[in-house]
Amino acid sequence: MVDTIFRPFRSSEAERSDRSAGDRLRHRQKIRESIRENIADIIAEESIIGKSRDRVIKVPIRGIREYRFVYGDNTPGVGQGDGDSQPGQVVGKNGQEGEGQGEDKAGDRPGVDYYETDVTLEELIDIMFEDLDLPDLERKALRQLEAPRSSKRRGYRQVGIRIRLDKHRTVKSRIKRRFAAERRRRAADEANPIDAARDAALEAATGAAALAAPGDAEAADEDGIHATPAQPARRFPFHVDDLVYRHVTTQMRRESNAVVICIMDTSGSMDTMKKYLARSFFFLLYQFICTKYRSVEIVFISHHTEANEVSEDEFFHKGESGGTFISSGYQKALDIVAERYHPSLWNVYAFHCSDGDNFDSDNTAALRAAHELADICNLFGYGEIKPLGSRYYESSMLNIFRRLDADNFQTVLIERKEDIWPSFKAFLAKDKQQD
Amino acid sequence: MPGWSLDDLAYWDAKIRAQVDALGLDCYPQEFELCNHSDMLAYMAYSGIPSHYPHWSYGKAFEKLKTLYEYGLSGLPYEMVINSNPALAYLMRDNSLCLQVLTIAHVYGHNDFFKNNFTFKSTRAEFTIGTFKAHAERVRAYTEDPSIGADKVENILDAAHALSLQRRRNLAVKKLSPEEERQEMLRNAQAAHDPFKSIHRRPDYVEPDLQKAPLSPEPDILLFIRDHNPYLANWERDLLTVVDEEARYFIPQIETKIMNEGWASWVHREILNAIELPQDLHLEFLVRHNQVVRPTPGGINPYHLGLKIWTDLKRRFDEPTPEEIREHGTPAKTGMQKLLEVRETDRDQSFLRRFLTEELMREMDLFEYEPKGDDLVISKVADEQGWRAVKEQLIRSVGMGGIPVIRIEDADFGHKRTLYLMHDHDGRDLQLENGEKTLGYVYRLWGREVVLETVLAGKRTLLTFNDRGFSAKTLK
Repeated sequence: MVDTIFRPFRSSEAERSDRSAGDRLRHRQKIRESIRENIADIIAEESIIGKSRDRVIKVPIRGIREYRFVYGDNTPGVGQGDGDSQPGQVVGKNGQEGEGQGEDKAGDRPGVDYYETDVTLEELIDIMFEDLDLPDLERKALRQLEAPRSSKRRGYRQVGIRIRLDKHRTVKSRIKRRFAAERRRRAADEANPIDAARDAALEAATGAAALAAPGDAEAADEDGIHATPAQPARRFPFHVDDLVYRHVTTQMRRESNAVVICIMDTSGSMDTMKKYLARSFFFLLYQFICTKYRSVEIVFISHHTEANEVSEDEFFHKGESGGTFISSGYQKALDIVAERYHPSLWNVYAFHCSDGDNFDSDNTAALRAAHELADICNLFGYGEIKPLGSRYYESSMLNIFRRLDADNFQTVLIERKEDIWPSFKAFLAKDKQQD
Repeated sequence: MPGWSLDDLAYWDAKIRAQVDALGLDCYPQEFELCNHSDMLAYMAYSGIPSHYPHWSYGKAFEKLKTLYEYGLSGLPYEMVINSNPALAYLMRDNSLCLQVLTIAHVYGHNDFFKNNFTFKSTRAEFTIGTFKAHAERVRAYTEDPSIGADKVENILDAAHALSLQRRRNLAVKKLSPEEERQEMLRNAQAAHDPFKSIHRRPDYVEPDLQKAPLSPEPDILLFIRDHNPYLANWERDLLTVVDEEARYFIPQIETKIMNEGWASWVHREILNAIELPQDLHLEFLVRHNQVVRPTPGGINPYHLGLKIWTDLKRRFDEPTPEEIREHGTPAKTGMQKLLEVRETDRDQSFLRRFLTEELMREMDLFEYEPKGDDLVISKVADEQGWRAVKEQLIRSVGMGGIPVIRIEDADFGHKRTLYLMHDHDGRDLQLENGEKTLGYVYRLWGREVVLETVLAGKRTLLTFNDRGFSAKTLK
């Protein structure tokens, strides 16, 4: 006959010892890293452009796979039919076996760990912008305005969330309570000598046991409890009243404002693909600025030979035709800033996307306007969109703008959608590298 | 708690144990622990070992199990048993009484199997819990050591996990020590005894190359690297040891999945039919039992396959058909004697080879499928011509048969300390992406160039991983 033991369910213990928490956290971190590594692909997906920040998007990521040597696609297997299997019958799809069949399948095929993770756009943007920072510009007045301070310590409380637990103060209050309890006990002993005698006898007995284990006695000393040397170290657990949490309030900061001016060339040469690339870039810029400022306004200017302020919809969807005067777009931007967004109150970010095909006689004017714009903007950028191959037979403004020497002026060249993220990153990181 | 108490469990347990003894099973002492569903998920993620060392892959396993469970894509197992002495099993507290009774009976089946099957002899069940705890303590100590840290530990564990099943499979075959191996090589180099040596030409003596490492192809990749890469730190060696020991513990379970699950299912069915359950419990039992052992369409359910074979084996000894008597004679043992003997001496591959008959295969409608383009197409069914091939295919894919055999041929290939691995190709190609990544792990542990010879699409191919990364080259 064998022995059998039944152990009852202990809920408190089960809740306290969540073994897997650490490993789950690490797994999540790895997923986040993986999203970050693949961000260029994710950005290149059209679907996230121009969507609300709360939207949940499915990010296909290569799961954090565990590789082993496994057999490949030419591996036959054995299955069980429902009674009338015939040669030639199709029983499944190649390459999809293994997954979803669970343990029951005689694991002879590699599972495809292909995850889709739900991420909100907000979270994705956070991940994207983790490494990036706004170029540190010489705009002291503006920097005072945006001084970010979202939370401030305001004393201590007995309730709070775990990460704000002040361990030092918690331990101190436990020690205080312990001394108080000791004193209370001694007072009670004096009032009731019979119990005290019994306790003393007990202490003597357990004290002898404690002597046999000198480590315990020392530990008691280290605790700073010298009340009675023979007294064994009693358990004196933390009580909920001991816990001290730092109290943090969210401080309202002064509103810091920013305006993003999107200038796009809508001349005849800007085709759908070019517009799509420009739009992706503007999207990123807008999202990025939004993470840095409480309120962000956005202005759309489209230009060909003359410039107009337009709605977002028109900006991205309306086709125009005709020649190109880049200066017109810049002049419009300057006008709007002068009118509504004075640089002493607003952080101004301007970005211009064009295929660089400007009317020759306009180049001098464009350069002058760009100069002016750079003067009033925190950051002014020019993105030249040249889908692969077209670079060689079209003129380029990049050469012209090389003459514009301003710290807050950046140019990027975008050839295909995979370039958007790296060039965006380069665009914002450049300044940091100079430091 | 659903309408039962621990006393109820003890009551039924006593009845079950009486049947366990009546069947002649031989179990370790048994401990049952009641847990809730999230504990059960965690136990599953950690292969039942509550004190396992931490690694992100267990977090991944947990998330996956949890998601599948929450979306109702998979149920939870009713039970989880650990091969240890005393055997440890978890019961879900939310299960009905009938499920608990079924599970307890099922657990004794596993317990008996763990204690008696020969593949588990090497697992030292009395030390299981202690060993896993010690492993966890060592891994934690390295993680907390400021000169090592979590990232480096993870780096080694990731690589070691990828290779942990690349090892000799049959633990009952003794591994020779280097000295024994040398003696063996010298002995083999001598000409065999030849009674007609006066008329035969004496074969030339070929000096065996005793400088080579390894002397003979070595399947234990982790251990070989541990012992032969002088640049590994002690803690790195120790981590390889930990991973290797745990793999060694789990391999018997991989090797006997069909037998073990079939045996436990057979045992619980026998017991529950014998202990006279009240009618309502009995009806629920029939439903639950059927859920566990019903066939998986298109796949293989080890519970179903195993139970079929055990049942058939017992019948062949207790009630043989006239043809079977004609063919094999009258059985010398009772069915039960035979079962107890087989549960001790076989593993899945030999079990299927010896006891999966043509009739059974036809009854279960087993078939072989092959990939054709995007589809999996049935290539052979268990008819007169096909059943042998289907059976061979099944045997090849169970247990460790699903893991490619790769051996270390030479640890100093080209005198550059390149590690030369050879894939024992049996018609199944390696999956290339996995091959690339896993070879990268070998490179990480070996620290020098690693080459794997294999066959891809019928052509001998060398896969190489060195400081320039991965490359594949087809040989003439």
